[in-house]
Parts: sequence; C-alpha cells; structure tokens
Amino acid sequence: MQKEMAYSFPDEVLKHVFSFIQSDKDRNAVSLVCKSWYEIERWCRRKVFIGNCYAVSPRMVIRRFPEVRSIELKGKPHFADFNLVPDGWGGYVLQWIAEMAGAYPWLGEIRLKRMVVTDESLELIAKSFKNFKVLVLFSCEGFSTDGLAAIAASCKNLRELDLRESEVDDLSGHWLAQFPETCTSLVSLNISCLGSDEVSFSALERLVDRCPNLRSLQLNRAVTLDKIANILRRAPQLVDFGTGNYAAELQPDVFSNLAGAFSSCKELKSLSGFWDVVPAYLPALYSICPRLTSLNLSYATIQSPDLIKLVSHCPRLQRLLVLDYVEDSGLEELASSCKDLQELRVFPSDPFGVEPNVSLTEQGLVAVSLGCPKLQSVLYFCRRMSNAALVTIAQNCPNLTRFRLCIIEPKTPDYLTLDPLDAGFGAIVEHCKDLRRLSLSGLLTDHVFEYIGTYGKKLEMLSVAFAGDSDLGLHHVLSGCESLRKLEIRDCPFGDKALLANAAKLETMRSLWMSSCAVSFGACKLLGQKMPKLNVEVIDETEPPDSRPESYPVDKLYIYKSVAGPRFDMPPFVWSMDEAVKILH
Amino acid sequence: MVFEKDLNLDATELRLGLPGSSKESLRISNKRALPDMNDDSGVAAAKKCDQETAPPTKAQVVGWPPIRSYRKNSLQTKKTEAETSGMYVKVSMDGAPYLRKIDLKVYKGYPELFKALEDMFKFKVGKYSEREGYNGSEFVPTYEDKDGDWMLAGDVPWEMFINACKRLRIVRGSEARGLGCVV
Repeated sequence: MQKEMAYSFPDEVLKHVFSFIQSDKDRNAVSLVCKSWYEIERWCRRKVFIGNCYAVSPRMVIRRFPEVRSIELKGKPHFADFNLVPDGWGGYVLQWIAEMAGAYPWLGEIRLKRMVVTDESLELIAKSFKNFKVLVLFSCEGFSTDGLAAIAASCKNLRELDLRESEVDDLSGHWLAQFPETCTSLVSLNISCLGSDEVSFSALERLVDRCPNLRSLQLNRAVTLDKIANILRRAPQLVDFGTGNYAAELQPDVFSNLAGAFSSCKELKSLSGFWDVVPAYLPALYSICPRLTSLNLSYATIQSPDLIKLVSHCPRLQRLLVLDYVEDSGLEELASSCKDLQELRVFPSDPFGVEPNVSLTEQGLVAVSLGCPKLQSVLYFCRRMSNAALVTIAQNCPNLTRFRLCIIEPKTPDYLTLDPLDAGFGAIVEHCKDLRRLSLSGLLTDHVFEYIGTYGKKLEMLSVAFAGDSDLGLHHVLSGCESLRKLEIRDCPFGDKALLANAAKLETMRSLWMSSCAVSFGACKLLGQKMPKLNVEVIDETEPPDSRPESYPVDKLYIYKSVAGPRFDMPPFVWSMDEAVKILH
Repeated sequence: MVFEKDLNLDATELRLGLPGSSKESLRISNKRALPDMNDDSGVAAAKKCDQETAPPTKAQVVGWPPIRSYRKNSLQTKKTEAETSGMYVKVSMDGAPYLRKIDLKVYKGYPELFKALEDMFKFKVGKYSEREGYNGSEFVPTYEDKDGDWMLAGDVPWEMFINACKRLRIVRGSEARGLGCVV
C-alpha cells in the first residue's frame, strides 16, 4: 500500500507541493513521513536555520541539504550580550563559510547572530558566492571595514547589508565607495553600529541615489542632522529610517529643509537613531508621525515633556523603545494616545546610580497595561515593583508573549509589603497563557519557580538572576516547562541535584547556561559521561576546574545538545566534559 | 554553611526521583548555598567568595543590570577614569581561532606583556637581539601602528610602543622577517 502511494505522485509534484512549505517545523515533519519524502525534501530545502552553530557541523548540514540558498546561524549564548561569556569563547563562522563555499555556490543569504566574523570570512564570502544577496550580521564582531569593502566591491547584486549592533573595527569610511556604480540593487542598509569615524558621505549619497528600491536605511552617529534632508530627498520611498546625530543649533532654514524632506517620505513608518537629540528639531517629524508604527528613541536623552509631545502625535504607534526619561507621566500619555501599542521597551538612563534619577516606577507600566489592550512584548527597567502591580498587569494583558522585567537592584522585594515577588510573577505566567519569553528579577523564592513550572507551558526562554533558594526551584522549571528551549541562570543557589535529576530534559532543549551557581565539577563530569548527546562545557578563566576538589562549584557552565560532538575550537579556559576529550590541557 | 558535606560523589548519580525524595533534607533559606570557601586552599577561592558575598548595592556586578555595552557607552556623557586610562587592543595569533583583548596600560614593560601573551596563547617568545630580531622561536609578537604598518614588537621604547600600538598579532617566526623595525 505504501509503495503504491509513493509511486502515485511523481517527485516533481511532491517537490512542487513542498515548495509551499516554508516553516522549518513543517519541513522537518514532512521529512519524517517516509524515506522517499525525506529524500525529496532534503534536495529541495533552500533555507536552513541553525540556532546553535555547535549543535551540528557544517559537513553534516551540507550532506543532508545539498542545495541550500539561505542560512541562518547563531553562535554565542545570549548572556554574551552582558559580558558574561569571555572573549575568545567561540562562535567562529570561518569554517562554515569555507565549507559552504565549496558546497553551495548558489548561496545567496547569510544571517548570523552573535558570531565572530573575521575579515577573512567576509573576503571568502565575497569571493565564493556569485549570487550573494543578503548579509545580516546581528551582534557580531571580529571584522573591520576592510572586510566590508570586500563585500561591497564583489557582490554585484547585494540587496541587504545589515550590521545591526555589531562591533566593527572602523578603519576607514572609504569602504562604502567600493560599491560599484553598477550596484543599484540595495533594498536595506544598516550601518548604525559603525563608530564615530566619518563614513564617506558623498559615497553614501551616490549609493542612495542609484538604488531606487532602498526601503530601509540606518545611518550611524557620525552623520549630522544637516545631512539628513539630502539623504531623504534622494530616497523618498524609504519605509524604515535611522537618523544619525539629531543635534544641531536651531536654524530656521535647516529646520524647514528637514521638515520638508521628512514630509516627502510618504511611506515612512519606522524611525530610529536619534543620538544626541535637540528637542527643538523634533517637530520636523510631525508630518510623518501619524503614519509611524515604530519609534526607537532609546538613545535620545530627552526629557518627559518632549517625549510626551512627540508620542501624542503618533496614534498608530505599535512599537516604542525609549529611555526612562519618559517617566510615569510619559507612559500615561502613551497609554492614552497609542491604542495600537504592541511592544514597549524602557531602558535605564542611569543604570549604575543607586538613587533613582527619574520618576519612573511600576505605575508607568501599569498605565500602559491598562490603556493598551494589544500589548504583547515588554522590556522594562525600573527600581521598584509590587506584587499588586504585576497582578494588575497580568490581568490587563493576558496576551503577553514576552515579558522581561529588570528591577535594577538585585533581590529587591515588593516595595509595599516587603514580600518576595513570587505572587506577581506567578500571576504573569498564570494569566498570560501564550507567554514564550520571561525574564525575572527582584526578590524571588523557590515558589516563583513552582508557578512557572505549573503554568508556563508555552514558555520557551527563561532568564533568571539572583533568585531562588534551592535546587527545588530549578527542578520545578526543568520538570514543568514543557516547551522550554533556552534557560539562562546566573547567581542562583542551584546545584547538582536538580540538574542531574532532569538530565534527560536537557536533551530536549537548545541550551542551558549557569554561572555563579552551585553546580559541582563532579556533576558536570557525570553529565558529560552519561549524556553523549549533550556537550557540557565548563568555563573558568582563573584556573582549571580539575585543579580543585570535584565538589567545588564551577564558575560557568554551558550545556547544549549537539549531534556534532565536542567542538575543536575551544580556548584554554573552556573544558569539555566529554569523556573522549582530555580534560587536562 | 558547608554545602560540601551534603554532597558526595555517590549522591551525584543520575536519578529520576525528585530531589529530596531520598531522605536528604533540602535547605530552604534565603542565603545562597555556596561551599564555605575558607575551608579550601587557594587564593582564587577566597577572591571568588569576596566578590560574591559582597552586597551588590554599590559594587558593580559583572553584567548587571543586563544592558549591552553599546547602550552603556552611548549614555555616558563624560568618560569614567577607567575608560580614559585603559588602552585596549585586540590580540590575535596565527592559527589560533580566537581573539583576546588586553589593556596595555596594565603592563609595565615588554617582559610583562610578553609573559601575559605567552600565558594567553601558550607559546614562547624567543630571545631578542637588536641585530637579528627574534631567534629560535616559532612565534613572534607584532603590532600595527598608527600608520597601519606592521612592526616587530620590542624595538621601540615601551611608552612609545603603547601609544602607537593599535593591535597585536602573534605571527610565525618565518613571516616576521622583513617586517618593519625601527633602527
């Protein structure tokens, strides 16, 4: 019967059907139906997403999917963003590029996040892929403008070059001039991360001029306000624009030129940049504010009254990133003006100050939760919180999918009752049934983890710091959160018991990070021995873990599932607990 | 609180049961249950203990609050003393698939710097002679100066070097011949 079915559809038909299936999950499911579907599917898979570059080797990917056109890779663990992963840990892309250069001559898209990308890698990309269209380097490092020059010069049909949040060795602004005169294909260019050195502005202007399809452009801080009008007039079709500096002495002609340039951009929906803002220039935006759906003012050191004025002109706003200068009053205005708001991120203007420098409290977030029924995604830095506020927020916003709260002082209790914030976060996970991502802060006992384990059934990513009392906390999470993929923990009293009791769970997750916890070296070794499908890496920059008793806790621990076995590019301060790898250096 | 005593290798066998289901009592307290460091020998242990039991109120805990460096940097209107006095350069070594960053101001001279590099990358810098440069070693430290030229490290006075050095690269001895040197 199965044989008949297999022959009843020619391969071409199946291939055509499969071409409508884009999601990885669905593609994976298709490949499991039967051997012939597996074969057909693997030959026509064009896009591969690898959430952990060490989970699989380039060779394995190439062997299974011989005709890939687009690849996405992620390298370092998320806590690398906060300097918890030492320099040199890994995440090198070179070997991937080298192997793909031979195997995928038609590779057109490379998207990387938190990887180390050298100029050599960029030069190899420029040389190897004749049809290269998209390069996204998100939070990457290790390369300079020399590498970018190679990309610009060689990639004749480049559509996207996006360097967001990457660290680039800015050697010279002339790389932009390497784009040949024949390059007219750019759709998206994000150079906002480039340092303060001059970018060759005339080259940029000419580039923008000859790329009629340019939809998204993010300039860097070096570009001054007076130059914005020139750029905008050359690209009135822009949908997404990042200014550079937004400061200048107020001059009427500069202002009116700028206002005119903005108003000519009828499709502009998203704005960012705004370093060093002079508030007097904000009204130049008023003509486009009614259309704005996304506004990133997270670098704009402007005060609440100016923010309120701006935001009140943007009734269609769906996404707002802002500094805590917005204050509770600004958020109350946001709540009444922007009923479509889906995402709010409030960053601290003075993260290391002990005393609050602004009047931003839990009240602001409560107001937004009340006024913005579509709120889905929250990142909020503040200095005080209460269980009552969290319960209110949870009840007002049952559709939250991402909730990240950072109370700046670790272990801060409910400021009204001095209780732990267990009940508040408990309410969040209980009411927000679609919650996928959660970051905790404040004073928390094992109870909060009990709530999370009980209710957080859709939770995929959990970040924990300075919380919990014992292994029971970790056990609740590992045994209860069915959808958990990424767990990152720092400075919590979680030790061996919960980890070992839930070892099998780790094979169903992408990764676990634990630093400054209480997991012993002995337990790490045991995990490495017993769980061959896991890579267990111990990180210690001070001395080898085996120079101390086995019961001694390790400094940092990173565990991830892998079919590639232990990696070969570990620096001296990373030890693999795989039995096959020598522990002594 | 000696957490160590609760834990021995037998207890770390993989089990499917709940922690605490085998008559061991779980301690519930608000204290972080780290081993009592003072029982162990080793300076590193004591250092770690000091860092972690110090109240986090004033001290800046690494990576907390969780804000990316570029955000922190863009907020600073005036540089802190630490930033103005640090001279960070990247260090790479041929064949080693990782980069390190070091602060040149931390070292008092070439011997200290080279020792640090040797420890970091596990190699030995050979003996240096003015005429022949480095002899008898596989790897040689070089640096890129402000003009973009690659020079042998060790030629110029230390103060001049740290002001001129933009980045360091440890190359194979064979490649170091012909590199610019100030004579």
